[in-house]
Amino acid sequence: MKTKFTAFFIALALTFSCLSLAGCTSRKNTALVYFLNFKPESAAVYEELADKYEAETGVKVKVVTAAANTYEQTLKSEIAKSNPPTIFQVNGPIGYDAWEDYCLNIKDSKLYSYLSDKDLAIHDDGGVYAIPYVVEGYGIIYNNAIMKRYFALPDKKTSFKDMREIKSFADLKAVVEDMTANKKKLSIEGVFASTSLSAGEDWRWQTHLLNLPLYYEITQKHKDADPTLSLLGSDEIILKYAANYKNIFDLYINNSITPKNLLGSKSVADSMAEFALGKVAMVQNGNWSWSQISGVKGNTVKAEDIKMLPIYIGVEGEEKQGICVGTENYLAINKNATAEQQKASLDFLEWLFSSEIGKKYVTEKLGFITPFNTFKESEIPADPLAREITRYMKDENLKTIPWVFNAFPGEAFKKTVGDGLLDYAQGKKEWNKIKDEIVKSWKSERD
Amino acid sequence: MKPLKRYFPIFVLPTLIAFSVAFLIPFIMGLYLSFTEFTTVENATFVGFKNYITAFTENDDFLNALWFTVKFAVTSVITINLFAFILALMLTRKIWGTNLFRTVFFMPNLIGGIVLGYIWQLIINGVLLPYGYAITSDEGFGFWGLVVLMNWQMIGYTMIIYIAGLTSVPTDILEAAKVDGAGALTTLFKITIPSVMPSITICLFLTITNSFKMFDQNLALTAGAPGGRTKMLALDIYETFYGKVGFEGVGQAKAVIFFIIVASIALTQLVLTRRKEVEQ
Repeated sequence: MKTKFTAFFIALALTFSCLSLAGCTSRKNTALVYFLNFKPESAAVYEELADKYEAETGVKVKVVTAAANTYEQTLKSEIAKSNPPTIFQVNGPIGYDAWEDYCLNIKDSKLYSYLSDKDLAIHDDGGVYAIPYVVEGYGIIYNNAIMKRYFALPDKKTSFKDMREIKSFADLKAVVEDMTANKKKLSIEGVFASTSLSAGEDWRWQTHLLNLPLYYEITQKHKDADPTLSLLGSDEIILKYAANYKNIFDLYINNSITPKNLLGSKSVADSMAEFALGKVAMVQNGNWSWSQISGVKGNTVKAEDIKMLPIYIGVEGEEKQGICVGTENYLAINKNATAEQQKASLDFLEWLFSSEIGKKYVTEKLGFITPFNTFKESEIPADPLAREITRYMKDENLKTIPWVFNAFPGEAFKKTVGDGLLDYAQGKKEWNKIKDEIVKSWKSERD
Repeated sequence: MKPLKRYFPIFVLPTLIAFSVAFLIPFIMGLYLSFTEFTTVENATFVGFKNYITAFTENDDFLNALWFTVKFAVTSVITINLFAFILALMLTRKIWGTNLFRTVFFMPNLIGGIVLGYIWQLIINGVLLPYGYAITSDEGFGFWGLVVLMNWQMIGYTMIIYIAGLTSVPTDILEAAKVDGAGALTTLFKITIPSVMPSITICLFLTITNSFKMFDQNLALTAGAPGGRTKMLALDIYETFYGKVGFEGVGQAKAVIFFIIVASIALTQLVLTRRKEVEQ
């Protein structure tokens, strides 16, 4: 009996010593600040920044980047570990709903005081729980060189001479359809780049495009309230502007480079490449796609020719409408981290968005248009799309549309919309049926 | 016996710990979590059977996925085992290059499911494109695409098991059958198949469970498109868990139901085919 016990304990001791040894080595490397990064494209820059920060202050910053589309999964597993992230990201009011228990109130932080528009932060019961760090915008990106070729056509059917004259859906439709008729003369293969509808590549339509009809619906219902918040409080939508949604979607898929029934095999990268290679004149996307356009091999589009047009869907008064500007990138501090870690994390973020070197990285390498007042006029990214966003944001005659899609129920709802659009494009389902499914899915997820 | 008994704990403990950490504890936690509402595993609140009811009443996704999975599993289990057995029969003949062919057929099994899914997506889209279709055009394409993919991946593996079974069929019985005047077909059905019954048991078990549990190939090839009509159970569970805010518990409940279904089908099959096995 005695030997049996000895053997048992030796085995136990052995296994546990292995475990504890492993524990020791990892504890030694523990950083005070652990930033779980959302943007895979910026991973290398953040690591460089972490090194710079450590050299300057001696505080170690650990940066982990979640692979594309896996942030929620990564966060869910990371935050349950013994050294959870101290800085993490939520994607807006919905994300905050899910991560409420982990978000620290940062109302008294300097970071919050940097925000030029305090309404942008996520407020709850008088506290501030997440702060946006980048503003982005999207619309219809067009290649002005091709547009100039069109406006110079002797036998064109429209009377427009410049893209700035296009102020409504009717104008846009007339120009686009006439361009399709003159495809050969313009040496393009289609007016719009592929409406990418393959799985995971349909966010430009199920989220970004749907933003407009729902924005108009909610602002009519609740005139003075914040549209994102009122949409967040809506248990039901009626999709009042379903017909407008259909019209703009039809315009995209009927004047596309790709036949309707093949759109299910196209990705966002495909459509950005088509645009970069000058095969098409327009593509709906945002300023983040600049790196995709400029990164395509053999691209023929010049930076000065890249401009952006608001997405017109044929609603009254849309000549005053601008592009859609907002954010789905909010930073939050982990409530369950130690006070020391929380302070160090805020210090790091404040350094990033207010020190000379941090700001230089943010504008030049990360290419962010930030909502912070620490950035001077001259400190905005130099790429053409960021300049277009800033131009629209400054234009006082135009009203930018906020990103109310931050208040959409969740991935499953968006997937329902995307699936519906694919079925519609392939002629498998009637538009009315899709409209009903969207309305139903919203209701079922909000219950 | 004595020394072996004495050192029993030493030998069993590491495995026991590994088994508990990697399987037993997650399994029990999963079972518990299916009765709770949670965001991470630490902040769960008990809600009883609510998740199980929601899994069926919320929409038809789960039942559709279940039906699609059953259709898929039946089709691919039959095709895989049939083709694998025929190949095994061919490659146990004394013909030139059997080893080369065995290697070639086994190779697809070494490629990961996601890579395979994307490769087959390209191939299938490439074939369909001239006719004006894509794999998402119709759920039929997705279904047969998945069956072909699964066949391509599993046939080699299953074939190796059948080959092992076939080579161990005692030659004296085969010769006796030949002397008695049994034809090729009679020998196959009366001698060979009953003798390789253990291989059939294990192959059926592997193909049934693998077909039911298929996830990465499904995600990479169609991801449920069009309209979620080519979504299998594992993918539906994954999407419920991660796709809807507050539905983690429902996803977990679906996973428990999924486990019960797969376990009961696989166990029934094991019992049924075991009975047919003959002692040699």
